[in-house]
Amino acid sequence: MAIKLPIYMDYHATTPVDQRVVETMLPYFHEKFGNAASRNHSFGWTAEEAVENARAQIASLINASPKEIIFTSGATESNNLAIKGAAEMYREKGNHIITQVIEHKAVLDTCKRLEKYGYEVTYLPVGKDGRIDLDDLRKAITNKTILISIMYANNEIGVIQPVQEIGKIAKEHGILFHSDAVQALGKIPIDVQKDNLDMISLTAHKLYGPKGCGALYVRRRNPRVQLSAQIDGGGHERGMRSGTLNVPGIVGFGKAAELCQQEMATESARLSGLRDRLKDAIFGKLDEVYINGSMTHRLPHNINISFAFVEGESLLMGINDIAVSSGSACTSATLEPSYVLKALGVGEDLAHTSIRFGLGRFNTLEEVDYVSSRVIEVVERLRELSPLYEMAKEGIDLSKLNWKTAAEH
Amino acid sequence: MAYSDKVVDHYEHPRNVGSLPKDDPNVGTGLVGAPECGDVMRLQMKINPETQVIEEAKFKTFGCGSAIASSSLATEWVKGKTVSEALAISNTDIVRELSLPPVKIHCSVLAEDAIKAAIEDWKKKKEVSAPAANATAGN
Repeated sequence: MAIKLPIYMDYHATTPVDQRVVETMLPYFHEKFGNAASRNHSFGWTAEEAVENARAQIASLINASPKEIIFTSGATESNNLAIKGAAEMYREKGNHIITQVIEHKAVLDTCKRLEKYGYEVTYLPVGKDGRIDLDDLRKAITNKTILISIMYANNEIGVIQPVQEIGKIAKEHGILFHSDAVQALGKIPIDVQKDNLDMISLTAHKLYGPKGCGALYVRRRNPRVQLSAQIDGGGHERGMRSGTLNVPGIVGFGKAAELCQQEMATESARLSGLRDRLKDAIFGKLDEVYINGSMTHRLPHNINISFAFVEGESLLMGINDIAVSSGSACTSATLEPSYVLKALGVGEDLAHTSIRFGLGRFNTLEEVDYVSSRVIEVVERLRELSPLYEMAKEGIDLSKLNWKTAAEH
Repeated sequence: MAYSDKVVDHYEHPRNVGSLPKDDPNVGTGLVGAPECGDVMRLQMKINPETQVIEEAKFKTFGCGSAIASSSLATEWVKGKTVSEALAISNTDIVRELSLPPVKIHCSVLAEDAIKAAIEDWKKKKEVSAPAANATAGN
């Protein structure tokens, strides 16, 4: 079978909108364009009905009640609303928030801002496997702790946190538990009841829905979570998020959630099979390759590999017909290698050589085989070019060299 | 990030990849950068002690495409030049030739450093091996 290039294998960044989702959305642009908040004519009723249908589809995917879904513009807004909204609402109860170092910037930077306003934030470390230690969490809790925010699964390494246990601890202490679940939603089962989740951030574009449409699950019973709105206006979404609803986007989000719910079991089995095939091919051919983060507690479609002695951006350049991403500094705006890998204790030298493969619905077996053979070919070529690989093969311990003066040796 | 055609060309067809015998008294080796920074260049030159002409140059680089291109270009440029001519090569010449964007200027700096370090190494070797010199400054 002929392969169409370039190949997209960066599904953690975003996903294409499923054609079935597009079809569902289309009528809501022109024909059924009403404002869901228009209460006195059929245009509004049609839009409202579509929104409520989507709310139910999304709620069903996480075992929530439709009323607990608050639509937003995306997960960044959801994270902001959950954390700032809870911090403001429960300020009298306490000013302490617990999160962890490998959260997405939408959580970390939100917490940093709250620190400026007098809140205290504990950033839990993670182990080599990328998971927090529950004892660290217990120890961090004080009588001022109002919120724990720990992501469901990480966007770079795909590592899944012990969410159920965290939820239990939070519940025992009467602390709210928020989780950024964008990478896990639709990929692995999420159950807000079983997982003791009080709030979770969701987004459509990571599960084959459109961009610019997200949601926050906000628990209504046991406990009833209250949030201070961060966007004021017409009082939409139970007063928690004003603004005219993005009806086509929401309709698409709902359909995408429904498809994920129907297809999750077969899809995740297929993707983890492809992922393992990719990993096995690479590990069968190349030495000095390392998996970053736990392999047991990992999303089925993720693998993050460091190719020692080959700088990530140069590898990306060699496989430019394949879309993946790297933790190398050269590919980021900050010129710092991935803070996630650093937090795992991956040395900066290895962080520079990491590649994230995010598989998804439209990847085929042929594509996976093409990707593994291209990666192997380019890594071998670049290692021929790498002085570090040569030195390592000569038995030189690179970590022992004083690199500033290495030229004099 | 888009790469210039010249960077792509050097990346795809790097010139003068390889090693020279580093114990040869006429070979100077420059190893600059650090793995933690994502760039390490090793530039080696074989220099004729009589004429001071760089007869051969080889490199190996761990780094991004621009780092590979900068060092590949450096080997091309130093070959056939005298030591003093090679020392006159500046990183801005490399930036211009490869149309490097501002975030990649450090790659060109590293290549200039590698040229200087290799020549420095060769000079040191010469002092040590020169019969007149007091051979006490060994490394």
